[in-house]
Amino acid sequence: MGAAHGHRLHHHGHSAVHRAPAHLKILALVGFVLLVVATPREWYVAFPAYLAVVVGVVLTARVPLLWIVRRMVVEVPFLVFAALVPFVAHGPRTEVLGLSVSEPGLVAAWGLAVKATLGVMASLTLAATTEPVDVLRGLRRLHVPSLMVEIMSFMLRYLDVVTADLGRMLTAMRSRGCDPRSPRHWPALARSLGALFIRSYERGERVHLAMLSRGYTGSLPTGADQ
Amino acid sequence: MSTPVLDVRGLAYGYPDGHQALFGVDLHVHRGERVALLGPNGAGKTTLVLHLNGILTAGAGSVAVSGLPVEKQHLQEVRRRVGIVFQDPDDQLFMGTVRQDVAFGPANLGVRGADLDRRVMAALEQVGMAEHVDRPPHHLSFGQRRRVAVATVLAMEPEVLVLDEPSSNLDPASRRELADILRSLDVTVLMVTHDLPYALELCPRSVVLSGGTVVADGSTYDVLTDDALMRAHRLELPFGFDPRSVRPGLGTGVAPDRAAPPRTDAAGGLVASPGTHTNPGDLT
Repeated sequence: MGAAHGHRLHHHGHSAVHRAPAHLKILALVGFVLLVVATPREWYVAFPAYLAVVVGVVLTARVPLLWIVRRMVVEVPFLVFAALVPFVAHGPRTEVLGLSVSEPGLVAAWGLAVKATLGVMASLTLAATTEPVDVLRGLRRLHVPSLMVEIMSFMLRYLDVVTADLGRMLTAMRSRGCDPRSPRHWPALARSLGALFIRSYERGERVHLAMLSRGYTGSLPTGADQ
Repeated sequence: MSTPVLDVRGLAYGYPDGHQALFGVDLHVHRGERVALLGPNGAGKTTLVLHLNGILTAGAGSVAVSGLPVEKQHLQEVRRRVGIVFQDPDDQLFMGTVRQDVAFGPANLGVRGADLDRRVMAALEQVGMAEHVDRPPHHLSFGQRRRVAVATVLAMEPEVLVLDEPSSNLDPASRRELADILRSLDVTVLMVTHDLPYALELCPRSVVLSGGTVVADGSTYDVLTDDALMRAHRLELPFGFDPRSVRPGLGTGVAPDRAAPPRTDAAGGLVASPGTHTNPGDLT
């Protein structure tokens, strides 16, 4: 599908992990994440063991570790939030590097950070070793409600279209002397993101019209869904 | 005469926001005709098209497709009979592969298995895209996507093909290839377009919609050479294009070899010829 060729999250390969059926990989990911989340954060030894498992899978898949690490920047806002917790939480205080922080806050921050990191790493590993279209097929085999799978497949189909729209809008902004990266121009950027939202919404309506015109009645026909 | 494929009578429509788009449109298209629907922006062309397959419901008047009224209980059959190809192929191609996309329409109609495959391949062969059947649509060129969009509708075996701006954004070669395809199809065509040379090339008959009514209905050649009519409705030929200098017979509904001698005296004999100005009421 869309993203099949050179998708940013997919690392092409032929390892055993790549070849494994998608639905099993999805089950494994969900199981792993549930296990990580359910582990009390004070069981400090468990987490290095989990990390070893993920790294093991990544290495088996022959995906460069650095490749995964680079894509973990999505987690940064979450980590910033976790780092703030020790400063604002209540409870007994302790000294770390000369700063007074809350002890329970520190434990909470550790728990958040480590669980999120493991979850993101594991999800990236699934994405790196499974084509998006296979993920969808896997979800369908797992009997995820078809409406949800349809929504995801539309997202996948139109991701490139919307990204191209955004790229053209940013080029048009730059051509008129505006640097979308500079905070001074963030208001303009925000407005164009608003415009992008409206455009995508209108595109959604046009796609729906096109679907109705071809006899769509509310569910994708199984025949078209091979 | 036989039952028209498209039979629009006194169609009026106002959008919920109060904007009145159509004021009593009458239009008849017969089997095998290729008709261009011309008119300035905001004339109501798209609104009219959306009535043909029941996306919009007539405020007044009626629409019938081969005798079947466009009403709620017939919608599925109406949408099979009227195939609309929208302007932006990215709106029309929403499945993962060309095959799935072309199969979408017929599968909605209940076609399955080998029958479905046959329809998909037949439709793709008609537009010369059979070899791309397993590619994702967005990896195709724009012209190829437009052709696949036509195939998605052909696969439903429609009685009338309605094209919204088929030549827009196409490079000249893709534009010509699409013209060849449209000419080769054995199907009634209604083509909404601003591309007047394209209308002259493909459609013997043109209907001009302006301000929500039909202001002219006649041979494309007569419409395009009626300067007063053209000026009155914001229609303009591209620079350097003169229908009078084009191959005689084109756009007149007469085969070129049997056409009357070229009416090249542009002195104005054709201008405002009474036959081309037609009031909506006179059409029936």
